[in-house]
This record gives sequence, C-alpha cells and structure tokens, in this order.
Amino acid sequence: MNIIETHDLTKYYGKSKGIEDVNITVKQGEIYGFIGPNGAGKSTTIRTLLGLIFPTRGSAKIFGKDCIEKGHEVRRSIGYLPSEIFYYDRMKVRDLLNYSASFFEGDYTNRINELSEAMELDLNRKIEDLSYGNKKKVGIVQGLLHKPKLIMLDEPTGGLDPLMQKQFFNLIREENRQGATIFFSSHILSEVQQLCHRVAIIKDGSIIQVEDITTLQKNNYKKIMIKGENLSKRPFDLKGITNLTLDNNTLKFFFKGDINQVKEKLQPYKIEDLLIEDPTLEEIFMHYYE
Amino acid sequence: MNIYKFEFKTYWKSFTLWSLGIIALQIIMMIFYPTMARDAQMMDLIMENYPEELLQAMGLGEHVSLATVLGYYTFVFVFVQLLIGVQSAYYGCHFLSIEEREHTADFLFAKPVTRRRILIEKYLAAFTILLLTSLVVTASTFISIELFSDGREYEIGPLILLLFTVPIFQLFFFSIGMLVTVGTKRIRSVISYALGFGFGLYVLNAFRSIVGGEFLGFFTPYYHFEPSYILMEGSIPVGRAIISISMILLAHGITYFAYLKRNIRAQ
Repeated sequence: MNIIETHDLTKYYGKSKGIEDVNITVKQGEIYGFIGPNGAGKSTTIRTLLGLIFPTRGSAKIFGKDCIEKGHEVRRSIGYLPSEIFYYDRMKVRDLLNYSASFFEGDYTNRINELSEAMELDLNRKIEDLSYGNKKKVGIVQGLLHKPKLIMLDEPTGGLDPLMQKQFFNLIREENRQGATIFFSSHILSEVQQLCHRVAIIKDGSIIQVEDITTLQKNNYKKIMIKGENLSKRPFDLKGITNLTLDNNTLKFFFKGDINQVKEKLQPYKIEDLLIEDPTLEEIFMHYYE
Repeated sequence: MNIYKFEFKTYWKSFTLWSLGIIALQIIMMIFYPTMARDAQMMDLIMENYPEELLQAMGLGEHVSLATVLGYYTFVFVFVQLLIGVQSAYYGCHFLSIEEREHTADFLFAKPVTRRRILIEKYLAAFTILLLTSLVVTASTFISIELFSDGREYEIGPLILLLFTVPIFQLFFFSIGMLVTVGTKRIRSVISYALGFGFGLYVLNAFRSIVGGEFLGFFTPYYHFEPSYILMEGSIPVGRAIISISMILLAHGITYFAYLKRNIRAQ
C-alpha cells in the first residue's frame, strides 16, 4: 500500500516557484529519504502534504485520502517534526505535551513519560529555559507521542550532537520496525545513507531522481585534494576522474572507482597534504547529475 | 474545545493589564469631577475660551457641559474608547497571526483539526475576552461614577445605551485587526497596527468634526458610537450603527474565507 502518493504536485508562491510536478510514492514500512540542497522545495512539499499551504495544482494522497480535503483525518496518524522548533515559550514541557496529546483520542501520559525518559527530557522545565537540543527533544516527543503511522521529519538532526543524533536514529528505526513509515527530509547525504531505504532527490523544485540507497552508494564519488610540489595534471588523466584542476600546487578532482589507482599515481610525488572526502550534495548535483 | 481553552488562558495576563488600565483611567479622570462640578460656572467660562473646533475634536460639542455627570463622562468615555479600540485591534491582529509570528504554526496546523475549527475556537477565545473587557468597562463606569458623582443626579438610561455599544465598537476594531492579518503575507509588529488604527481613526473623527460633514465619519467607529451623541440625545444613531455592523459582518466574511485558504508560511 502507498502511504504517500503525489500527482504533479505544484506550488507557486505568487510567481516564484516552490515545487513543480512532484511525483513521489512512499510505500508502507519504508524509510524514505527526501534530499536536496536548501531551498530546493523539501519544506514546501512537506508543508503541502500537511495542509499548511495549498497546492497551486496537482494533488497528494496520504493513506489513500486527499491530504487537503481529508487533511484533519489524515493528520490523526501523522507525526511531524519541523526543522526549526518553536513552542509556546511560557509553558512547561509537560503542559505543552499534554496540549499536544489533547488533539488525539486516548490517554498518552505513559507514552509521554516513556519517550521523555528515553530522550532524557525534564518535563518540569519551562520551554523558554531549554537549550536548542532540548527543544528538539520536546519536538521529537510531541511528534511521536500518538504512535503515528507516518512520521515526517524535516531536517531533524540540525542542532543535535552526535550522541543524541544516534539515539534519535535508533528511536526512528525502532518506530519503523514497529510498522511506522518514515519520510525523512535532509540536505546531508551521509545521514540519509545511514537511515533510508530509498531516496528522492529534489533540486529547484523538481524531483531529479528516485533511487534505492544501494544504487546511490555504488555511485560513490570521492572528492580528492592533493597538495605538493611539481604536481601536474597529465598522470591523472584516468577513467573515473572528473573536474580535474591544478591551482597553486593543489590538485583537485572527483574520483569514482578503485582508489588504488590514485595511490599508484601518487607514488613519485612528495605530498604535503592529502584530503579525501565525500562530496557535498551541491557538488553531486553539479557534477554527477548534470 | 481544547484550542479554545488553551487560547483563553493565554489572554489572562494581557486581559488583566488592560482591565487595570481601563479601571485606573476612569477612576483617575472621575476624581476631578467633583471639583469641576462645584466650579461649574468657571468651567463653562474656561470652555468658552477654547476654540469651538478644539472642543469638537475632543468630542465635546456646544451642548455638552462638563458640569453635569453625563457631560463630564462624555469626556472620560472618549479615552475609554481609545483604549478598547487599541486593545481590540491588537487582539484581532494577534489571534490570527500569532502562530506565524512565533512560528508555532507547525505545531498547531499539523494536528488533526480542520482549519475551520482552529479559526472558530481561536476566534471565540478572543471574543470571550472582549466580552469580559466590556463587562469590566461597565462595572468600572458605574463604580467610578458612583464614587465621584458627588451626589449629583444623572440619567441612567443613556449610560446603559452607551455601554451597550461597547461590544460592537470592540468588534469593529477587532475586525480591522483580522482583515490586516488575512490581507498581509507576514505580520511582524501587531502593536504598531493596533496603535495606528486605534489612534488613526480617532484622529479621523476629530478631523471630521472640525471640517464638518458626515462622509469621513463612515469609516470611523468613534463617529458611529460618539459618546456625546448617545449620552446627550439618549439614543443610538441608528444609521451610523448599521454602517458599523455591516462593515463588521463584511470583515468577518472576508476573514473566514481568506483564512481557510491561507498559506501558512515557514520561518
């Protein structure tokens, strides 16, 4: 069954484009990554799915129901964690979570306590006194407390330290294991690679590609920077090397393939510095998806 | 009704402060009444020396005597109107735009509620506060007059009529506030709009009374519910009241449909 299904979903803000003809299908039980640079239209898509903004044309279904007309029914089973967390500052954490729970049928006191314990969140503090990371925890608890079937995360890891991030990913995996579908938006490739089964890549408001995470990993480009004397471009004219530049005794290029090939070519040179890193998403878009 | 309850609580502090302000204003101004009334002749002499236009602009026409209870209260009530005008415009603008200004929209609108329910519950919470404020105005009017009328007689009918207009007067400014919200993409400072409309429409009415004529009066509730008219004539100017109510209804209609289709923007 498809949990999310969009058809030519398009949103213009006046004349400026938010998203255009977005078609995605998220299946039940998936962790679906939604990746793109800032301003690509990730939040616009999510906000349209949640009914915060209205599409210019096209439609979207969640759980098989129209997400605008049946929005309030659909949202019963959605947990949403926005990218930036702001809450009614003067409230205590517990009061905010209770207010959040009051929108759903049933008693969620135990669940609030459980989640807060797992996230090490103090329920008796005022929200305005919380650090950014702790506010984020409040967001996580309020997004998960009603056991949603679909969890939407909009750049959820910003501001979390690595330890917390790991804890958070474990929590998400656990929810997924128990049957929740996850829609995970991010601009950081590595975290999407860690968590997701499938990824849609969005740029300038349009979906460029939808791929299994394993395919994406196979196309793993590395960004290599070598600094040293007497370097020249010619020996590096290999298959798998792109965007080769030499500037100021520094050689830069992208490489895909067996890294030993590069190692051999480096043998004769005296190297001052060597850097091998994952390209940023921007660079992938620029060089790989062109 | 969870949104209503939640919203209602958020107004308490603000409501208390405004109420104290209104009570203080009425009592402080009424304190001077006994002195003024005792030197009625002198007061009227002083008044005669003021240019007619200035008195008109302050809501004191030629037939208003500061020596009588209701005459003096006319003068007081103009300031009460200013206060509740600003307050109502503030609430009207505030209650619809707060989610966007304080970025709590992502919390509320992602909940399983319809846009309509959010609007109605939020509206009712603010409306309740307006009604409570009008009760405060009523109570503090009678208390301050009783305390400082110095035993002088006054007609209670016109006063009740005047107080009866308060909720409509409030709704007018409240409606303007709502219209501003649905008419703009992003609101930053609510208080500047509230002060602008509260004082602006007052100035418009003052200007109208100086230049004469009715036209400018159409746009300002300070004219629709002019205290000097209601207290001195003992009746509500029906035509003007109808204009006011029509504008309120129109604004409510526009707000309703615009808000249901409103794009709630991200930070």
